[in-house]
Amino acid sequence: MSLITLIFLLLVLAMFTYFIGKQKIYAQYQAQPKSPGRRILTLPKYFGYVAAMWSLFPALLVWMLIELIEAPLINHQITNYLASQQIEVGENLSLYLNEIKNIEASHLADIEPIKQAIYHRYTQLNTLANNSKNVIVMAIALLMSIYILKRIKVDTAARKIFEKIIELILLMAASIAIMTTIGIVLSVLFESVRFFGEVPVMQFMFGLEWSPQTAIRADQVGSSAAFGAVPLFLGTLLISFIALLVAVPLGLFSAIYLSEYASVKFRTVAKPILEILAGIPTVVYGFFAALTVAPFIRNLGESIGLSVASESALAAGLVMGIMIIPFVSSLADDVLSAVPKTMREGSLGLGATQSETITKVLLPAALPGIVGGVLLAASRAIGETMIVVMAAGLAANLTVNPLAAVTTVTVQIVTLLTGDQEFDSAKTLAAFALGLMLFLTTLVLNMIALYVVRKYREQYE
Amino acid sequence: MNNSTLIKQGLKRRYRKEQAFRVLGLTSVCIALLFLVILLLDISSKALPAFIQTQIELTVDLSSEQLGLNKDSSNDEIRQADFRAVIRAALLKRFPAVTNRQDKRSLYSLVSTGAEYQLLDLVLADKSLLNQTSTFMLVADDDVDALIKGAIDRRLPESDRRVKNQKLNWIEALESDGAVHSTFNWQFLTSGDSREPELAGIKGALMGSFYTLFMTLLMSFPVAVASAIYLEEFAPKNRLIDLIEININNLAAVPSIVYGLLGLAVFINLFGMPRSAPVVGAVVLSLMTLPTIIIASRSAIKAVPPSLREAALGVGASKMQTVFHHVLPAALPGMLTGTIIGMAQALGETAPLLMIGMVAFIVDIPQSIIDPATVLPIQVYLWADSPERGFLEKTSAAILVLLVFLIVMNALAIYLRKKFEKKW
Amino acid sequence: MNELMMASPMARAKSELTGNQVNVSLAATFEHTVGTPCCDNPKIQTKNVDVFYAENHAIQDVSLDMGANEVTALIGPSGCGKSTYLRCLNRMNDSIDICKVSGDFILDGEDIYAKSQDPVLLRARVGMVFQKPNPFPKSIYDNVAYGLRIHGLTQNKAELDDMVEDSLRKAGLFEEVKDRLNAAGTSLSGGQQQRLCIARTIAIQPEVILMDEPASALDPIATAKTEELIAELKENFTIVIVTHSMQQAARVSQRTAYFHMGRLIEVGETDQIFTNPQHELTEKYITGRFG
Repeated sequence: MSLITLIFLLLVLAMFTYFIGKQKIYAQYQAQPKSPGRRILTLPKYFGYVAAMWSLFPALLVWMLIELIEAPLINHQITNYLASQQIEVGENLSLYLNEIKNIEASHLADIEPIKQAIYHRYTQLNTLANNSKNVIVMAIALLMSIYILKRIKVDTAARKIFEKIIELILLMAASIAIMTTIGIVLSVLFESVRFFGEVPVMQFMFGLEWSPQTAIRADQVGSSAAFGAVPLFLGTLLISFIALLVAVPLGLFSAIYLSEYASVKFRTVAKPILEILAGIPTVVYGFFAALTVAPFIRNLGESIGLSVASESALAAGLVMGIMIIPFVSSLADDVLSAVPKTMREGSLGLGATQSETITKVLLPAALPGIVGGVLLAASRAIGETMIVVMAAGLAANLTVNPLAAVTTVTVQIVTLLTGDQEFDSAKTLAAFALGLMLFLTTLVLNMIALYVVRKYREQYE
Repeated sequence: MNNSTLIKQGLKRRYRKEQAFRVLGLTSVCIALLFLVILLLDISSKALPAFIQTQIELTVDLSSEQLGLNKDSSNDEIRQADFRAVIRAALLKRFPAVTNRQDKRSLYSLVSTGAEYQLLDLVLADKSLLNQTSTFMLVADDDVDALIKGAIDRRLPESDRRVKNQKLNWIEALESDGAVHSTFNWQFLTSGDSREPELAGIKGALMGSFYTLFMTLLMSFPVAVASAIYLEEFAPKNRLIDLIEININNLAAVPSIVYGLLGLAVFINLFGMPRSAPVVGAVVLSLMTLPTIIIASRSAIKAVPPSLREAALGVGASKMQTVFHHVLPAALPGMLTGTIIGMAQALGETAPLLMIGMVAFIVDIPQSIIDPATVLPIQVYLWADSPERGFLEKTSAAILVLLVFLIVMNALAIYLRKKFEKKW
Repeated sequence: MNELMMASPMARAKSELTGNQVNVSLAATFEHTVGTPCCDNPKIQTKNVDVFYAENHAIQDVSLDMGANEVTALIGPSGCGKSTYLRCLNRMNDSIDICKVSGDFILDGEDIYAKSQDPVLLRARVGMVFQKPNPFPKSIYDNVAYGLRIHGLTQNKAELDDMVEDSLRKAGLFEEVKDRLNAAGTSLSGGQQQRLCIARTIAIQPEVILMDEPASALDPIATAKTEELIAELKENFTIVIVTHSMQQAARVSQRTAYFHMGRLIEVGETDQIFTNPQHELTEKYITGRFG
C-alpha cells in the first residue's frame, strides 16, 4: 500500500466520520421537543468537523512518529544482520548502507552476491515496516472514529473545540518562522562546531591565507589546507563597499528627485521602471557583470594604462550597486515621506528653497531612517551570492584594490559545496563556518537597522 | 527693506544650488534607468540569434545497402542502425574532393552530432523514408551556426578565425547552392540540456521551474495565510508572539544562500531527502518566501476595516467565523498579490538551489517532483559557465524567457491589485 | 494627474452639492461683502480672489485689505476657507498641484503672484506660523538660526548669536531656554515650541507674519502667553491671524473679517464686528448659533 493510498484511506475515513457525526447530532436535534424561544443550537457540521479531526489527527501524529523511528530501526536491524553474517563493510557503515538502498531492482543481477543478499534483507525489512506502519495508522484512525462517534453528543461544545483546534493549527503555522530560525542556527552551528574542532577559531577568524583545497592523496606535496578567512571578509567588504558607494547616492537622489521634484506623470512612469531593477534575478546581473561590464572595465582600464583583473571587484560591486538602487530608493522614499508635512512647510514658510528644505531639514530629520536603510542595503550586499559567484573570482587575494580580483564569503560557500565531495571533510565544513559568519553579520545588521527604523517611525507617530 | 536687499544678493547663488541639486537628482534617476535599458538591450541583442537555428540541406541515401533497413524493420532495429554513417556518406558525396582523413573529420563536423538522432526521429515517424534518397534539413554545428549568424567574422585573417578557410569554403559552397537555411529554433523550447550548444534547449529547466514553483506555492501559501491570520487576528500580546514577529522580520532579510545551507544540512543530510529534486528546492524556497507572503498578507488583513469585523461580531458570529467568512475574502486579493510577488522572487532565485544540488547537468526532462531537475536561473548559471561560444546566445535567450515569465507574473499581480483594489 | 482625474467626478458631485446648499442658505442673504474691506494704510491688498481645489471652489470673489502694523483676524466656521486664503498670501499653496489661485494680491504695491515675484523672497518677507508647532529636529539655537543662515543674513557667529538671542527675547522665550540653547527644539513644551516657531519666523524680520490658528494646539496658559506676544509683535510687524476662537480674535485683533462658505461676509473694526454685526450670518456666528 503506497503513501498516496494510505492518505486517501485516512481522508475517506475522516469524511465518513464527519457525515456520521453530523447525522447523529442532527437526529438528536430532531428528537428534541420543539419549543419556541429555545436557545440557539450549534450547527451539526461542527460536530462533524470535530469527529473528523479526532479520526485524522491522532493517526497522523502516530504516523509521523513511526516515520521518525523507522529509518534508524531498519538501519539497526541491517547492522545486526551484517554482524550475524560476519560481513565486513569497512569503516563507513552509513555510506555502505546508502549504496545498498540505492540499488535498483532492475540492475540487481549485475552486483555481487553479498550485496544482493543484504539488499533482499533490506527490502524485506522495509516491506515489513511499511505494512505494519499502514496497519497501525489505519487501526488508530478507525478506533478513534468509533470512539468519538460514540462519545459525541449534543452537549459537546463542538464549535468551541473546533475553533480551538483551528487556532492551534494557525499558531503552528505562525511558529514555522521560529522553527526556520532555529533550523538555520542549528544547521550552521552544528557543522561549524565540527569545523572548529579541526581548525582553531582564531586561525579561521584571523588567518591571512585561504586555500581550502586539501590534497587528494595524503602524501602529496604542499597538501596542507589553509583556512584563514580574512581575505574573504576583506573581499566581501570591498565589493559591498563599492556597491554601497554606487547605490546610496544614486538611490537617495533618485528618491529625492522622484518624491520632491518630478511631475506626477514622470513619477508614475519612472518609479515602477526603477522597481524593475529590484525584480531582475541576480543570476542575470551576474551574467551581465561577467560578460559585459567586466570586459568593458578591463578595456577601459587598459586604454588608460591600468592593469585590471578580468574578474575585478569593481565590476561585481558596480553591478551589485545598481541592483540595490531601488532598494535604497524605496526605503529612502518611505523614510522621507514619514517626515511630517508641517516640517516641510515650516521651512518653506521661512523662505527656504526646496533644496535647502531637503538638505537642511528633511534629510537631517530622516537621517536615522536613512541610516537604517543603508544598513539593510549593506546586509543585502554582503549576502548577495550570484553576482559575485559569476563576476568575482576565486582567488583569495588580500587586497583593497578595486581593480584586482577578490573573492567573497558567499562565493566560497558555493564553491566548497557544489560538486561531488564527501560531506565530512574540513573543506565542506568550512562552508558552514562561513555561513555562520554570514548569518551572524547580516542578523546583527538587520537587527540594528530594524531597531533604528522603528525608533525613527515612533518619533513621528 | 534692508533685509530684502540682503536676501536678494544671495538669491542668485542659492538658485544655482537649487538647480544643481535638481539636476543631480534627475541624473541619478536617468543613470539608473539608462543602466536598465543597457542591460535589457544587451541581453536581448545577444539572445535573439538563439531563436534562429541554422540547418544544412543534405541529400541522404537511406537505402538498405547503406542502413541495412527496410520498410518492415522494427523500431528497435531502426534504433540500432548507423545513421551517422549515412550522414557522413552524404557529406562526402556532396564534397567528393575530400579524401584526407583529417579533412574528412573536419567535413563531418559541419553538421551537429545531434543530426543523426534528428534523422532517426524522422525515420521513426515516417518509415516510408527508408529505401530511398531524400533531402533533409539537418542541424548545423555551432561553429557553422555562428558563422552564418555573423558571430564569427569571415573577413578576419584565417589565423584569428575559429572557422578555417577550408571549412569556410565548404560552407560558402553550400550557401551558393541555397543549402543553408535559417529557421525558427523550436528545439530551444522543446528539448533538454545538452553539451552541444546547437542542441541545448530549456524545456528541462522550464519543467523543473514549474514543478518547483508549483510545490512552493502549495506549501507557502496556506502556511503564510494561516500565520498572517493568526498574528493579525488571534495572537495575544506575549513574548512568544513578539519573538515570532521579530523572527519574521529578520528572516525576510536573511541572505538566500543561508536557506540553501539549511536545506543541505537539514533536509538532505538529516532527513535524507533526494538531492537535485524539485520538492526539496520547493521546501527551501517556501521557507525563503514565507516572510514576504506573511508580511504582504498581514497588511492586506490590516487594510480590512474594523467595521466589517464589528458587523459580523454584532450578529453573533464567533471570532473564527468572522475571520473566515468576512475578513479573509476581503483580504484575499491582497494576499494573492503578495503571493505572486513571492513566487516571482522564488522563480528568479538561484543560490539556495545550488546548495541542494539542483546544479547538476541533466539532459532528461523531469517528469515528477522527485526527478532530478534544474531550474531556469540555474540553467542560466550553467550555460554562462560553459566555455563554448554557442552557449552565450543560449544563456541570453534563457534569461529572456525567465524575464518574460517574471514580467507576466508581476503584471498579473498589478492587475489583481488594480482589479480588487477597494477603497474602504 | 491620474489621481486628479479619478477624483474629479466625485469632487464635482460634491461641489455641486455644497454649491446648492450655499445657494439655499445664502441666496437670500449674501449679495456682497458688508463693511469696509479697504483700509487707510494697507500692507497687503487683495481683490477678487478665487481659489479652486481641483473642481472645488474654495474661495469665491474675496476682496480684503490688511492694514500695516495691525492685527487682522480671519474668523469663521471650519471649512470656510480662511486658512486657504491665508496660505495664498505667501504662496504656500504653490506646492499643492491641484490648487489654482486667481485675483490680485498686492504687497506694498508689488504683485505677489507676478511671474517676476520670487516665492523664496516673498516668504522671507511674509513669514508664517502654523497651527501645530513644527520645530525642526535641531537644537533651539539652530531652529532660530536656520532662516538667518539660509538667507545669509549675518556676517559672523557673534552677529548670529545676537540675532538669535534677540529673536528669542522678542518671542518671550529667551529667559526660559537661555541655559539650554543646544537642547532639541522638540524637547520644549507645546507652548514653548510655538513661541520658538514665532522666534524662528521673526528672526529674519519679515514684514508680515501669517498665523494659522497658532494657539489651537496649546493649553490656556500657553495661549495667553502667545496672545500677549502677538499684541507686542504688532508694533513691528503686520499680522494676519486665522482663529476659530472669537474671544481670541476680539482680544488680539484690530480688524476682523468673517468668512463663510468661501465668501467674505463681513469685515470691519473688531469692536464693531463683535458688538454690532451688520450681517445676519455674522451675528448668528458670533452669538454661537452655528460654527
